[in-house]
Amino acid sequence: MSAQEGVADLAVREVPRAASGAGPSPVRIVVGYGFWIYLLSDIILFSALFATYAVLRGQTAGGPSGHELFELRHAGIETLCLLCSSYACGLAVLAMERRRVSAFYLCCALTFLLGATFLSVELGEFAGLLARGAGPSRSAFLSAFFSLVGLHGVHVTVGLLWLIFLVAQTAYRGPLDYVRRRLLCFSLFWHALDIIWVALLTLVYLMGAR
Amino acid sequence: MELNRASSVIFAERGPGVAENETSASFWTYTAGLAFALLLTAASFIVAQTNLLWPAGVPAGLAVLAVAQMGVHLVFFLHIGTDSEGTNNVLALAFGVLIVALVVAGSLWIMDHLNVNMLTPAQMAEMQR
Repeated sequence: MSAQEGVADLAVREVPRAASGAGPSPVRIVVGYGFWIYLLSDIILFSALFATYAVLRGQTAGGPSGHELFELRHAGIETLCLLCSSYACGLAVLAMERRRVSAFYLCCALTFLLGATFLSVELGEFAGLLARGAGPSRSAFLSAFFSLVGLHGVHVTVGLLWLIFLVAQTAYRGPLDYVRRRLLCFSLFWHALDIIWVALLTLVYLMGAR
Repeated sequence: MELNRASSVIFAERGPGVAENETSASFWTYTAGLAFALLLTAASFIVAQTNLLWPAGVPAGLAVLAVAQMGVHLVFFLHIGTDSEGTNNVLALAFGVLIVALVVAGSLWIMDHLNVNMLTPAQMAEMQR
């Protein structure tokens, strides 16, 4: 029954033929691939800011350096939050595929809470820096730092808003095909943010605090 | 029978985030990914904060650990594999990595040379006389 539904569903889809000639790819594959292209362009955007930071990280203009400013304890908490959030997000996708409603909501709640914890720790860190007079206008190093880490924080914020929207849509519409595809895109986005954070942690915090 | 054959052909292609067989073993894929990532993160912190590695080699060690962790995320969380169905995803990723490498390495290379060749204010004054 479900296989018949799947084929009937495919018949009405308008997607380009796959290069292999095996027939049209399922929408889920095409959507995932398109979003993957977007994510790569986002990573390239980040690479420009990474390059800027790498060039400017010694230019402290007599102000505080990363060694004096960064606390690895904060960075460790942030890493842990983001990593577990990513894991919970992956489990939410699995729960959705298996139609386990309560598990899905639980995983989404965990994803959101851990992401929000990450943001609050990061904002606390920014506030601490500003209070010490180490704001983005202090030196080229700090401008680059706030742009790079801030852009990642903005991405996390957008992701959290997106997650709220997704959960509301799931509750309202149910696990329809397009809702599941949006969840897939969100999970890709969330995992990609984690990859960017790994680079950020290594370059900014671990190498900077030494 | 006909339907099964059709769907097996159609689903021969894979997208990012879509595991090979989504109803089995995916939970353990994510859990293994989390375990590897935690291990690598802990290793990064240890390498950064102790003198376990030769001090001059620490940045290189951290870079290796970071690349390894990105690989873990790609394989276990994003399901970007090297199997034949995922060729499109890997090709797009390879192109992205090329651009990122050009931007980062190129910027560092050029700006380093500019820094080395930059005149100090005293040298500028010398030339203007």
